[in-house]
Amino acid sequence: MATDSATAAPQAPRPPPWHDARIRSIAYQVLFVAVVAAFVAFLVHNTLVNLHRQNIASGFGFLDREAAFGIGESLIAYSPADTYARAFLVGLLNTLYVSALGIALTTVLGTVMGIARLSSNWLIRKLAQVYVETFRNIPLLLQLFFWWAMFRVSAPAPRQAWELLPGVLVSNRGFVYPVPIADPVHHWMLLAFALGIIGAIGVSRWSKRRQALTGAQFPTGWVGAALILGLPLLVFLAAGMPLELDWPELKGFNFGGGGAVSPEFAALLIGLTVYTGSFVAEIVRAGILAVSWGQSEAASALGLKPGQRMRLIVLPQALRVIVPPMTSEYLNLTKNSSLAVAIGYPDLVSIAGTTINQTGQAVEGIAMIMAVYLTISLLISLFMNLYNRAVALVER
Amino acid sequence: MMIRRVWVQLLAVATATALGGAAQAGSTLDKVKQAGQISCGVPTGIAGFAAPDSQGHWAGFDVDVCRALSAAIFGAADKVKYVPLTAQQRFTALQSGEVDVLSNNTTDTLQRDTELGLNFAPVVFYDGQGFMVAKKLGIKTAKELNGATICVAPGTTTELNLADYFRANKMDFKPVVIEKVDELYAAFFSGRCDVITGDASGLAAQRLGRASNPDDYIVLSERISKEPLAPVVRHGDDQWDDIVRWVVYALIEAEEKGITTKNVDEKLKSDDPGIKRMLGVTPGMGKALGLDEKWAYNEIKLVGNYGEIFDRTLGKETELKFERGLNDLWTHGGLMYAMPIR
Repeated sequence: MATDSATAAPQAPRPPPWHDARIRSIAYQVLFVAVVAAFVAFLVHNTLVNLHRQNIASGFGFLDREAAFGIGESLIAYSPADTYARAFLVGLLNTLYVSALGIALTTVLGTVMGIARLSSNWLIRKLAQVYVETFRNIPLLLQLFFWWAMFRVSAPAPRQAWELLPGVLVSNRGFVYPVPIADPVHHWMLLAFALGIIGAIGVSRWSKRRQALTGAQFPTGWVGAALILGLPLLVFLAAGMPLELDWPELKGFNFGGGGAVSPEFAALLIGLTVYTGSFVAEIVRAGILAVSWGQSEAASALGLKPGQRMRLIVLPQALRVIVPPMTSEYLNLTKNSSLAVAIGYPDLVSIAGTTINQTGQAVEGIAMIMAVYLTISLLISLFMNLYNRAVALVER
Repeated sequence: MMIRRVWVQLLAVATATALGGAAQAGSTLDKVKQAGQISCGVPTGIAGFAAPDSQGHWAGFDVDVCRALSAAIFGAADKVKYVPLTAQQRFTALQSGEVDVLSNNTTDTLQRDTELGLNFAPVVFYDGQGFMVAKKLGIKTAKELNGATICVAPGTTTELNLADYFRANKMDFKPVVIEKVDELYAAFFSGRCDVITGDASGLAAQRLGRASNPDDYIVLSERISKEPLAPVVRHGDDQWDDIVRWVVYALIEAEEKGITTKNVDEKLKSDDPGIKRMLGVTPGMGKALGLDEKWAYNEIKLVGNYGEIFDRTLGKETELKFERGLNDLWTHGGLMYAMPIR
């Protein structure tokens, strides 16, 4: 006991709670949260009262009712007899579809253009610069109208469609192309494709380990590609090449059969990709420039070829600078896809807008739109942060 | 930027419903009188119904309904602020109090009357939905439209009737849905759609107003729906509802009684007790509505009776040359029938 009291530091007398910095800061925070909560409660209450006063029904019950309006393009089966909830889902999927494709294409285009801006070839460098400076300085909406009008005005009517390749036609109704008719062999090809990917990953791991142990290199890229593409091809050949195409053909007003891409979707995808790609190009360029020149020189001194230098030394280091701003561009692209409303692509905002108008449920509709975009954005952000952690510099 | 406008509109409604206090508790008439003008929601541009003329003044059938209201309330026809609204924006604009009345080619339906919290004034134009196609397609009836790509404006009864019609006839169609009237018709006239659908009167007006060669297009004769177009007010302000209602009736009643802009001053001396009541020579009607006793007199003097408005904006004096048809007086075989002003 005696030792205890001897080792205990002499305690300063506790100040009264209202002078205690820690307690005070907690109190302020509690107060702040309470004020925010009260404000939100006021808003919700007031909204309900006002809606009631204006005799507008509220609640999400309308989602179960029949939508009764048509939607031009949909990834899932939809007819006007379906519910508002399903129409909403159609819009959501359309938004996700164009965003996902846009993000993939933007990444490719932006990376190529970003590297091209640093090319030692004058023409390539200048062309990339013109691309970036043109497209990032024109408002996206104008670009969308431009691409859309290109289709509408320049392309011919379906009956005079341009045939780019046999079966691939362009008209003012968009692209149409032949698609293979489903065959059981195709499932086996898909399986072979999956096996090819697994095999390629295995080869890559094995070759890395071998190189670390012996220094001997192995053409991983070629072998991997051969596995991924070759296996399905082999299955295809072995099964006697069962390929029947569903050709598009003129039926009444328009093309029937085959696959089709509408002008609205094409204009939106091109517009989003080209616009966002110009920003991504600058991010990639900045990322590459952020890697000190000494790294490249050292790589050259070790005897790496320019391609290897970029792939093995510069890009991995550039990625940690590139990824965070890239996340913002992905988010921008996804949110900008709501401009689809202007050119008639049935995205989430377009369909929710129609729903709001037909049902009068503005507050619920907007809440749903906001919740969806927030969720999509947070998910993209989450995945990009995970990826960022993976490529971040590991400090030893 | 359009999308920005859509968002601003939608958010405005959300915030207005969230934050708007009891400010609207006062009557719309008081608000209008205080502001010195009526805020009137009109279409964004349909020749004959509402479009700015060469001097930038709004003119047309819908506009004249707003002017008649202004004349009845203020004794002057120009105390109107015109707010052009797309089909998608109009109800939220009315609900949130941005406009006092819609004169926007709006179809009267049960759902709008109830769930949207609106009230419809008497019908001012009986219309029906039709289809317009390029003549070179050689289409004679709407039954041949299976598989067509169809341009349509969102948030309208048109959009719903279209889907209903194709379902009922077991046909398929591909909608191209565009909100802005300009973009919608540009898409149709450039061949993006085979067909455009809308109120037949609107189609005829746009054909004259926008097609490079109107004769290349025809409006098919079928009418697939009833489209009774009426002015709209918010539910819950009965006095304002009454005013809009009787302002419309007075226009029709004036035509029936043969009162026109030209002869309304002479009619003040008329012995007909009905005319005396209506024009305020015998007082009482104006007071009942909360307006000046000269309300109907001003309407007719400054704007004209229903027939005059129709002829001037849509009928025989215009390029549109619409027949009166259903929109003629009941005494001439039409549906225009005013309730007694007494």
